[in-house]
Amino acid sequence: MNDMRTIQTSEITEQIKEMCIEANHFLSEDMQACLKRAAEEEKAPLGKQILGQLKENLKIAGEDMIPICQDTGMAVVFLEIGQDVHFEGVPLEDAVNEGVRRGYTEGYLRKSVVKDPLIRENTKDNTPAVIHYEMVPGDSVRITVAPKGFGSENMSRIFMLKPADGMEGVKNAILTAVRDAGPNACPPMVVGVGIGGTFEKCALLAKKALTRPAGEYSPIPYVKEMERELLEKINATGIGPGGLGGSTTAFAVHINTYPTHIAGLPVAVNICCHVNRHTVRVI
Amino acid sequence: MDKYIKVPLNSEDAKMLRAGDYVYLTGTIYTARDAAHKRMYEAMKKKEELPLKLDGNVIYYMGPSPAREGRAIGSAGPTTASRMDKYTPDFLDLGLKGMIGKGKRSEEVKEAVMRNGAVYFAAVGGAGALLSRSVKSAKVVAYEDLGTEAIRELQVENFPVIVVMDAEGNNLYETAAEAYRVEL
Repeated sequence: MNDMRTIQTSEITEQIKEMCIEANHFLSEDMQACLKRAAEEEKAPLGKQILGQLKENLKIAGEDMIPICQDTGMAVVFLEIGQDVHFEGVPLEDAVNEGVRRGYTEGYLRKSVVKDPLIRENTKDNTPAVIHYEMVPGDSVRITVAPKGFGSENMSRIFMLKPADGMEGVKNAILTAVRDAGPNACPPMVVGVGIGGTFEKCALLAKKALTRPAGEYSPIPYVKEMERELLEKINATGIGPGGLGGSTTAFAVHINTYPTHIAGLPVAVNICCHVNRHTVRVI
Repeated sequence: MDKYIKVPLNSEDAKMLRAGDYVYLTGTIYTARDAAHKRMYEAMKKKEELPLKLDGNVIYYMGPSPAREGRAIGSAGPTTASRMDKYTPDFLDLGLKGMIGKGKRSEEVKEAVMRNGAVYFAAVGGAGALLSRSVKSAKVVAYEDLGTEAIRELQVENFPVIVVMDAEGNNLYETAAEAYRVEL
C-alpha cells in the first residue's frame, strides 16, 4: 500500500467541469488543422464557403464564449486509471457526474439528456455521463472528455459480418454507413471504426477511435492502408461539406482492431461531425 | 444565386425559390424540434388549437444552448430534419411554408412540399455560434416546460440558409453530391 498514490475525487470533478466547457468552445489543434487544410483544398465553391463559415464559427465561439454547436452533446468520459492510484472522497462515478453537472450548468451548455429513453424527461443538468473505465499500469489518471452530438451518433451502425465477407465486406459496410449518413451527420465527418471483438467491444473500439488525434494513422500497416483507401473513397462520394457537394466528405478514418471469435467479424462505424470534440488531461 | 427574403413567407416567394439558392431571411420564424412537434401533432389530432399559426410560417428545427446575460440566444444551429418527417406533411397541408434544418427528408415530405408550394432550407450544421449572430431576439411562446425544446419566436436578420428542396421537387443533396462524385 505504501506505493499507492492518493487522488481526491474532487479533483476529478474539477477537471471534468473544465474539460466539458473547454471541449465545447475550443476545437482541439488536430481538428483545427484538418479544417484549415480542407478549406484550402476543397474544390466546390459552396463547399469552400461552408468550410470558411465553420472556421469563422470557431473564432466566434472562442471569442464570445458561445458553444461551437448548440448540441453540446452527451458527455462521454474515458478514464484510464493507473492501478497504483487510490481514490479518496465521493465515489468516482458521482465525482464525474458532478463535474458534468457543473460544466454544463456554469458553462451555459445545453442540457440534452433525458432520464428514461421512453418517458423522456430531461434531467436538466446533462447527467449522467457515459463513463468508460480502463485499468492501466502506473499511478496517473488519463481523462478524455468527448461530448457527443446525436446528429452524427444517430447515423452510426454496427454490422455483424461473416468471416467470409473479409476485407471487401468490411470496406463496403463502412462506405454504406457513410453514404447513408450523408448530410445528416454534419460532414466533413470523422469516421471511427471498430473491427473485431464482440458486439459491445466493437462499438467501444469505434468510439475510442474518434478520440485518436485526427489524421494519425494506425500503427498496423494493413490497417493504415485501409484508412487511406477508405478516406479517398469517402471523399470521392461527392457528399461534401454540409452534404451540399464537394471533395471533402471526411477529415479522417480511424480504425481500431481487436481479436475476435472464429465465427465472427463485427464492424462498428461510429460517425462524428466536423467538430469531433475531444479533450485529454493526465493527472 | 443570392436572394433576400422576408419571413413569414408569402406564396410567391416560396414558389420562386429554387434548390441551390443562397437565401438571407429577415423577419419572424419559430423554433420547434422533436418534443414540440410531437405535442403539436397530438393537439392537431385532437382538433385542439395549435400554439402557433402555421400559415405562411417557417419552422426552424433548433434547440439553442442557454443564452449568456445580455445575449439574445446561445448557440443556435440546425438539428437533423428527418426526425420531424412523421409530423411534417400534415403541418405543410395546414399552411406551413418553410422549414430550416439539415439532412435528408422522406419522400412523403418531398411530395407535401411540392403539393403546397413550400420550401426546405438547410442551415450549416455545426455553425451555431455564427448563426446566433443573425438572431436578434428570442422569446418562448409555448411549451416552456420543454426547456431547449420549447417553441421560440425568433426575430432574425439576414439569417443565411440554402434551398435544398423546392416546390418543383428538386433536391440539392442529390444533385450536388452527384456533381462532385469521382469514379475511382
